Amino acid sequence: MTNIDRLLSPASMTGAEGDSSSPCGEGWVHSVETCGAADGPGLRYVVFLSGCPLRCRYCHNPDTWHMRDGHGERADALVADLGRYAGFLKRTGGGLTLSGGEPLVQPAFCRALFRGAKGLGLHTALDTSGFLGTQADTALLADIDLVLLDIKAFNEETYQALTGGSLGPTLAFAERLATLGKPVWLRYVLVPGLTDDRAEIAALAAYAAALGNVERVDVLPYHDLGAHKWALLNKTYRLADTNPPTEVETQRVRDIFDRHLPRAA
Amino acid sequence: MLDNLARDEALERDVLTTTVAPPWRGFAPGAWKDTIDVRDFITRNVTPYTGGSAFLAGPSRKTTALRTKVSSLLARERAAKGGVLDADTETFASITAHGPGYIDRDLEVIVGLQTDRPLKRALMPFGGWRMVQKGLEAYGFKASEKLADAFPALRKTHNDGVFDVYGEEALRCRKAGLITGLPDAYGRGRIIGDYRRVALYGVDRLIADKHDQMASLDTPVLDADTLRLREEIAEQIKALDELKRMAERYGFDISLPATTAQEAVQWTYLGYLAAVKEANGAAMSLGRVSTFLDIYIDRDRAEGRLTEEEAQELIDQFVLKLRMVRFLRTPDYDELFSGDPTWVTESIGGMGLDGRPLVTRTSFRMLHTLDTLGPAPEPNLTVLWSEALPEPFKRYCADVSIRSSSIQYENDDLMRPYWGDDYGIACCVSAMRIGKQMQFFGARANLAKTLLYAINGGRDEKSGVQVAPAFAPITDDVLNYDTVVEKFEVMMDWLARAYINALNAIHYMHDKYMYERLEMALHDRDVLRTMACGIAGLSVVADSLSAIKHAKVSVFRDGRGLATDFAIEGDYPAFGNNDDRVDSIASWVIETFMDKLRCQETYRDALPTQSVLTITSNVVYGKKTGSTPDGRKAGEPFAPGANPMHGRDSKGALASMASMAKLPYAHSQDGISYTFTIVPTALGPTETERVSNLAGMLDGYFAEGGHHMNINVFDRATLLEAMDHPELYPQLTIRVSGYAVNFVKLTREQQLDVIGRTFHDKH
Repeated sequence: MTNIDRLLSPASMTGAEGDSSSPCGEGWVHSVETCGAADGPGLRYVVFLSGCPLRCRYCHNPDTWHMRDGHGERADALVADLGRYAGFLKRTGGGLTLSGGEPLVQPAFCRALFRGAKGLGLHTALDTSGFLGTQADTALLADIDLVLLDIKAFNEETYQALTGGSLGPTLAFAERLATLGKPVWLRYVLVPGLTDDRAEIAALAAYAAALGNVERVDVLPYHDLGAHKWALLNKTYRLADTNPPTEVETQRVRDIFDRHLPRAA
Repeated sequence: MLDNLARDEALERDVLTTTVAPPWRGFAPGAWKDTIDVRDFITRNVTPYTGGSAFLAGPSRKTTALRTKVSSLLARERAAKGGVLDADTETFASITAHGPGYIDRDLEVIVGLQTDRPLKRALMPFGGWRMVQKGLEAYGFKASEKLADAFPALRKTHNDGVFDVYGEEALRCRKAGLITGLPDAYGRGRIIGDYRRVALYGVDRLIADKHDQMASLDTPVLDADTLRLREEIAEQIKALDELKRMAERYGFDISLPATTAQEAVQWTYLGYLAAVKEANGAAMSLGRVSTFLDIYIDRDRAEGRLTEEEAQELIDQFVLKLRMVRFLRTPDYDELFSGDPTWVTESIGGMGLDGRPLVTRTSFRMLHTLDTLGPAPEPNLTVLWSEALPEPFKRYCADVSIRSSSIQYENDDLMRPYWGDDYGIACCVSAMRIGKQMQFFGARANLAKTLLYAINGGRDEKSGVQVAPAFAPITDDVLNYDTVVEKFEVMMDWLARAYINALNAIHYMHDKYMYERLEMALHDRDVLRTMACGIAGLSVVADSLSAIKHAKVSVFRDGRGLATDFAIEGDYPAFGNNDDRVDSIASWVIETFMDKLRCQETYRDALPTQSVLTITSNVVYGKKTGSTPDGRKAGEPFAPGANPMHGRDSKGALASMASMAKLPYAHSQDGISYTFTIVPTALGPTETERVSNLAGMLDGYFAEGGHHMNINVFDRATLLEAMDHPELYPQLTIRVSGYAVNFVKLTREQQLDVIGRTFHDKH
């Protein structure tokens, strides 16, 4: 059984997520950052949910892979806490971002949190790999203003080698969002030697442009700030010899996206 | 006789070159014409500006050349022993003691130096002769023997007076570091003369007004209070006269009002200059001059007398002078107030009571000096923030903040109901109505140590000395919240009394031996005086009480039976995470101590207030304080101001701010200081986003009720690099507790403290 199988097996879906029938919902939360500035417009209350089906080699939060890496939290309590920052968040055009981990591991919990945020009049963003896009039903998507869609590679082999999962579900989700006209910020992590194939990047850029709903592309240079967490978890960090891309290399990739798409960063 | 000749000559010059029209031409009339009322003048004549910064001009050729000269002087000063380039050893300072001084007369558009040479520190002995000697010796100078022989024999000083009357209790509190930084050996400062009056009215009118005041006090019964005030006003009149004579030496007749923008800036500066020639208060703040001066600049611009570049040149050159104000201090003083601060605080912006913004183009020009002249700690640029300020101004402030880390922000929406729309900030966070209010600066009491005294029955945890009256110590092995709080309250009762007694002694003697004649001459007859107390160690106390309440705190006692260390089992909520369980304790501490201060009798019936502010003394206070129940070890620094303890505010910047915003200004009307440091990328990925996020953050913080915020935007690596290569970062400015400093001028210990603070760096 691979990690992903295990995660998606019925057994793993019990527990917290199994409580989704309760009106307030309960879920697994790794941590909360009250002042995120990189995950959507304005300042964001970012909830990092635990549990992720992918095993990206550069993951800088390997301590969020398992749901039980987090702690149980009630959605209504989190929304109440979010409400205490609504004044700050609104004044910057910000709001709530659910990140992780992979938030869509806990779709009912996401739905409860986004519903709560909408009730507070806040902007909402989902930060996802799209791998579990099928978990997001129409009701959930209706409460989401923006999807931060992390397409980690645009070639099946690269994607598998990098994440342990397949690319197909992400693209299917991207196309579904396009059909719905849901705004998307595309994110692309540039890893030298892994995701720096220019032809592949150009193909992704052309694909994204054709979707018609990609408002912005963030090219994120790979960094190794999460490496120490792998060591703490007694896991082998396979990118130990990979250096972050230079500013010039990063700019070159931004230029490729620029030729096809709007960009802010 | 000579004075009259000089005046006649000046008048003649005006007649000969009669291009200058009457000084008040074009101004809307009002009450200000008949009474001294600068606020009324501003309200009737200000033109609020709601646009952006595109109109700004760069520095003029003269300014650039002058800045180069000043930079090399500053480099020499940094290299000199103790950072003191030159000191006067021959002349006692006074408004008229020195002839005119210049940097380069041909390049200076605004003139005037404290002594005869730039960066030469004056000899100001009335605070205390020993301090002057210590200061001079520390930097390699020596007072002339003639002065050293004559002065102490002839003249009693403020310091002499205070130590003649201090009680034993005050001496013990000082020595133990329970009350520190008291202005008993240096000038108290935090008095803002209304320097604008000099420009608007001219000195003769101000003198006439003072004579009227004198007449109004010629009452049937001359009691002690009246006699003191009459004597003070007599001194004020002399000081105004000296101001005129000082100005004459620079070639200006300031007996009459300013007629142009150039004169308005120069007259205002001369007023301020006279104050810093006469008094060496810790904080010699400027007030709120930008928008006042804008009225003159606007008029000259409309009359075609002044280009934008010339307008900027006036402000640049004014600011360049303000950056060169210096006082001779002692090494002890520098330890408390590090980086040679003078707190030439200028308050910018804010809203009028009529709902119009008091933002003008000159508000922009003043902030623009951080670009035209580069970042610098002085003047202490303070934006009075309101949610209603024009958006382009907010964005400009945020933009300059991000690039310079040189601006502090204070909540105008919070303060305006208390102090109206013509208050200024003295020092860091102390609001006062300009020309109508002053304060008796009271430094601060160490509440963390007070908490230890509560546990140890009034004995000092370091020296073992019985500093407070002997109360029964706590003998429990595990601290009980209710017991600790009960004892802490008793200890605060005692401290409040001892503290105010010390301050009464200090300010009685300061008024007597070191009265600020010129600054008070630029005030109304009857001023509101506040007794401005302060507290340090708020977050240490709040976290300690939280640990005692929510976790299990065991006591370790040494051979003397004193609690000198604590062990904590379990977690406790720490201040700075928007957790009411501890935030409410912090608010309780503020309100409780304030209520105890309110019960005391004060000198001249001053109104007790308090601040939560440490300057850089959080390091010294920490050094003098034993281990505390929050887990802080003996000797470790406190957090600055009201800040959460380093690294304990772990829920992100907004949670930290939300905790801060709960602290009650009503019970801390002298200000609540918060120093906020964030790395650039944590404000957003692009410049545009950083600017709008920072502006929104300020809106949010102040809407929640926060009082003050220092904004630093840089990363740790920059500071580490600057520690290793100070020569590469001469202008690196950072905000500490209510003021800004050149980072490279801090002691190594303080640099490490700054680097150890919470940097909000989540992306």
